[in-house]
Amino acid sequence: MAERSFKAEVQHLRLGAGETFTGEGILAITKALLENGVGYVGGYQGAPISHLMDVLADAEELLGELDVRFEANASEAAAAAMLAASVHYPIRGAVTFKGPVGVNVASDALANLASSGVTGGALMIVGEDYGEGSSIMQERSHAFAMKSQFWLLDPRPNLPSIVKAVGDGFELSEASNTPVMLMVRIRACHVTGQFQTRDNRRPTLSVREALAKPQRNVSRIVLPPMSYAQEHDKIDNRWPAAERFIREHKLNEVFGPDRAPVGIVCQGGMYNGVIRALQRMGLADLYGQTQVPIYCLNVTYPLLPDEFAEFCAGKDAVLVVEEGQPEFIEQAFATMMLRSGTTTRLHGKDIFPMVGEYTGAVMKEAFETFLRRNAPDLLPAQVLAPNTEAPAIPDLSKTVPIRPPGFCTGCPERPIFAAMKLVQQELGEHQISADIGCHLFASLPPFNIGGATMGYGLGPASNAAFDGGKKGGAEKRSIAVIGDGGFWHNGLTSSFGNMAFNRSDGVAVIVDNYYSAATGGQDIPSSRAKNPTKATNNPISKALRGIGIDWVRQVDRTYDVAGMRDILRDALTTESEGPKVIVASSECMLNKQRREKPLRAAAMREGRRVEVPRFGVDESVCTGDHACIRLSGCPSLSLKRLDDPLRDDPVASIDTSCVGCGNCGEVSEAAVLCPSFYEARVVHNPGPWERRLNGWRQGLIGWLARRRQSRQLGFSEVQP
Amino acid sequence: MTLPFTPEQPPALGAEVIKLAVMAVGGQGGGVLTGWIEALARAQGYAVQATSVAGVAQRTGATIYYIEMAPAGSSAPVFSLAPAAGDVDVVIAAEMMEAGRAIMRGFVTPDRTTLIGSTHRALAVSEKMAPGDGIADAGEVRAAAEVAARGLVLADFEAAALDVGSVISASLFGALSGSGALPFPPEAFEAAIRAGGKGVDASLRAFATGRQAALAGVQPATHPVPRPAAAAATTGPARLRKAWDDLQARIAAMPAPVQPMAQAGLRKVVEFQHPAYGAEYLDHLDRALALDGAERDWTFSVTAAKYLANAMAYDDVIRVADAKTRPERLERIRAEMGGAEVMQLTEYTHPRAEEIVSLLPRALGQAITDRPRLMGWIDRRVNKGRRLRTDRLLPFLQLHALASMRRFRPMSLRHAEERAHLERWYASALARAGTDYDLAVATLQARRLIKGYSDTHARGLGKFDRVMTGIAMVEGREDAADWARRLMTAALQDEEGSALDGTLKTIESFAA
Repeated sequence: MAERSFKAEVQHLRLGAGETFTGEGILAITKALLENGVGYVGGYQGAPISHLMDVLADAEELLGELDVRFEANASEAAAAAMLAASVHYPIRGAVTFKGPVGVNVASDALANLASSGVTGGALMIVGEDYGEGSSIMQERSHAFAMKSQFWLLDPRPNLPSIVKAVGDGFELSEASNTPVMLMVRIRACHVTGQFQTRDNRRPTLSVREALAKPQRNVSRIVLPPMSYAQEHDKIDNRWPAAERFIREHKLNEVFGPDRAPVGIVCQGGMYNGVIRALQRMGLADLYGQTQVPIYCLNVTYPLLPDEFAEFCAGKDAVLVVEEGQPEFIEQAFATMMLRSGTTTRLHGKDIFPMVGEYTGAVMKEAFETFLRRNAPDLLPAQVLAPNTEAPAIPDLSKTVPIRPPGFCTGCPERPIFAAMKLVQQELGEHQISADIGCHLFASLPPFNIGGATMGYGLGPASNAAFDGGKKGGAEKRSIAVIGDGGFWHNGLTSSFGNMAFNRSDGVAVIVDNYYSAATGGQDIPSSRAKNPTKATNNPISKALRGIGIDWVRQVDRTYDVAGMRDILRDALTTESEGPKVIVASSECMLNKQRREKPLRAAAMREGRRVEVPRFGVDESVCTGDHACIRLSGCPSLSLKRLDDPLRDDPVASIDTSCVGCGNCGEVSEAAVLCPSFYEARVVHNPGPWERRLNGWRQGLIGWLARRRQSRQLGFSEVQP
Repeated sequence: MTLPFTPEQPPALGAEVIKLAVMAVGGQGGGVLTGWIEALARAQGYAVQATSVAGVAQRTGATIYYIEMAPAGSSAPVFSLAPAAGDVDVVIAAEMMEAGRAIMRGFVTPDRTTLIGSTHRALAVSEKMAPGDGIADAGEVRAAAEVAARGLVLADFEAAALDVGSVISASLFGALSGSGALPFPPEAFEAAIRAGGKGVDASLRAFATGRQAALAGVQPATHPVPRPAAAAATTGPARLRKAWDDLQARIAAMPAPVQPMAQAGLRKVVEFQHPAYGAEYLDHLDRALALDGAERDWTFSVTAAKYLANAMAYDDVIRVADAKTRPERLERIRAEMGGAEVMQLTEYTHPRAEEIVSLLPRALGQAITDRPRLMGWIDRRVNKGRRLRTDRLLPFLQLHALASMRRFRPMSLRHAEERAHLERWYASALARAGTDYDLAVATLQARRLIKGYSDTHARGLGKFDRVMTGIAMVEGREDAADWARRLMTAALQDEEGSALDGTLKTIESFAA
């Protein structure tokens, strides 16, 4: 079960012709797929399209009604490969994943798909994760479209445009026998808005019907000599067909006056930012009426030379608004202009920064520079000679601490890294590689564990050079960390197959939190939940044994810090040969709380006995050294300033958000820190006997405590 | 060829757009708040757009939600998907440093921005990790907010929500209503909460408290009120009360600036042991007073009063056992846990041989400590994590008995060690009082480094020793006290003391 449920929202997917849909971008995309008669959908989760997968999973019932097949693919490669169904069959298919990392994984299948060409419309919906809030390396998915030659849509970021792009994408794909990538930027995925819906359409040919009547077309097989023919086909037929379709259906848009000295060319996804900057300069109104002409590229590959030339005609200069690098679009335009011999000047990355997000400030500044150089008459007086003085706002950059993401309250991964830190205190620092997933937060303070991240499922593989370990004469072994999501995505073969085959001496820790947790808690093969449509409950350790790894230790409660530390020490020091793998399993606390809280509340209401644990700190015992925090970083374990004039440093304090995971107690015990921590386990609805026994105990304990107190001085506060 | 271009009639500016950013910490419910604002605006006939960046940033990191709205017309407005510096009308910061981050990023400007900030703190890891006090200064953010914001609403909206059993998103929604930054009546806000359909009653309560707080205007910063220095011994055997009163008379004879700290110190020491130990404390303090005077506000004596008390009331097993078996402690925990009738209480402890042996009479303890094999044997028997269920009788009795050992404490090995340590440190401070007053004060302050238990305590002692060595090296220099302060700052910066080592190296370079 995913972190966010769309069960309620999914009902909007049933809206019919002429109704108004209100909601998020990803839901709008799903609705558009259904309106366009898609036959199968799939993908692999990852921000910003995780929720698209969640929506599809929650909509399985509706998909079934419409005869649409849904697969939660094992990886982006598997998702892209699924589009093969559109190669020989006239079935529309759509898959979704994150760009560019998902596209990287999928690229083998995408290249084959693009070479084969398609019969039915094939759509890759890619969530482009660039700029603020991104969790990956900063690259563009654009290059993949260029190298494999499939078409790239980058619609304006509003619901009607995105919805239209889905339909355009299918038609363009079919018209040019080429797969199409629909790129949606991170904020556009979650942008809210409205659009007019149409009726959902069943696929003209369903995968079920196709299975009954298999088809094949030899010319679509990627094998010489067909592959040579396919390359010619791309250039001779598919490309011109695409250009024709884009031009005839006006997929790109032109806004603003016909005549102007300058113009702006932008990627569709940048359109709103362009308009905002123009609005702020007084050159556009709220509804996008602009005085500077805009050529909006809702298709960023292929580019249409004649359309571009037409836009440039009569203009002194044009500015290309293209986020990220390299500036593929600008380079292509430069080539076109050089060949045509036009006198229009081309601006782009000479004014805009080569790297980074085109924020409001960047965009406005670039426009001002562009206009000042090429059409100063257009600039409002205020920009030319600002008369307001910016007030001096105190600099807070030294005050405000950075707040990178980290482990949630009660996260089962925290104790694993606390244990690892303790082991390193004993055995020295180790070479540690990490994978992709929540566990990567350990590379930040307070743990500072792990360096390399080479990709999803590649954690242990990225330690391959160190596989020799002690067997190879080294003093220490390397450690690799990988999550359960990464394990099933690619890790089993690329990382563990590699370790087993090369008789690695390294240590690998698999963080098994029952879900693909970082992407929003989707189920994976080793999930413990019962999933009605997916095969879960397949232990990771069984898979490891299956590929010949024998030294496997299963930890079923990661919060046992001392136990975790001992197993790690054992793995690092054992004489045993071959890979040493620890499967550290405890449920993701975010998901566990969401699962258990309602059950617990119901039990309490019904008068059943429930224990609710929470931790606390005795502030008179805590000395304010914060060693516990350096082994935790838990959001609920914070600091508190005491009103005691004798104390200098704030003491540790646990707030009400504590979920009672036990990490702080276990850590203070395992690391021999201090006796400040206690667990208070409140018993709701205790039975009569428990109540009576507790009464006797507390009576005696209270009597003992008071008796001792009466023999000592007692103080009462005196108000000043 | 360029044709002269005359702009058409200037278009209407986007002034009627309301731009609102929510700065939150992942997990604070920024999404819920955004949903309410969006539903509210839509119900009030506005075209509205909300965006967020989902993903790992929402795992306890700083996150931004962004909303734009404008009265709905015949065509759809073009809204931006991200806030721009200098172009935001309302900023809602769900935490004080996030308010600071909004100001830092230029989202709060004097010409237009209403800043609604919650003054509570969710400390960042970097603030919590420091072995000393690494908490960022909220006062600086407050001062900047007063300059940067056009309208300012600051209050503890976290507490306002928790007090009525809700979460901060609801009280902030109330604050937004109270701030008057949106042209919608409070009933419309409440309708949005009702339409949301989840936890409606609690949310409405928090909405009301948040709204009230915003209407009340900017709340002044609250500073912790120091504990009343004067404490009266009201209970206990008459003999002890008499002894306490005698000690009070001694304090009353001290210079006024020293009295509050001496009072606090005396109470701590007496609670730690007995009134006679308090007399010992005052004897020590008298040595400082004899060297001090009013011309320096008795700073040396006040500092001595503070750190002498901390040194004398050291953290040993008996003190811990005592703290954990006091009747008021159980009451406090019970209250914190919501007044539960039945509560299981587990103490996490991990004694080592050192802690146990140091309780023994001095000669015996020393004899064992001097025999590593014997120590090792004992350690193997005691050194392990022990969880005591102190809501049960037997474990409670164990701790209770341990606490009762306090009358034997003065004979223990630990006491002898602590006393010797105190004497060395205090003597060096007293010796400096005549020649370099500030350095003498700094010497006293070095005691702050000794804290914690086990390894932490050992590490603290190590840092203390290194700082004392450093102080000895700079003694006699004009800027000696400055260097001593630098040493202290460095020592409190990181766990291993690498910053301290750096400062020491610098000192060595010129002191050699």
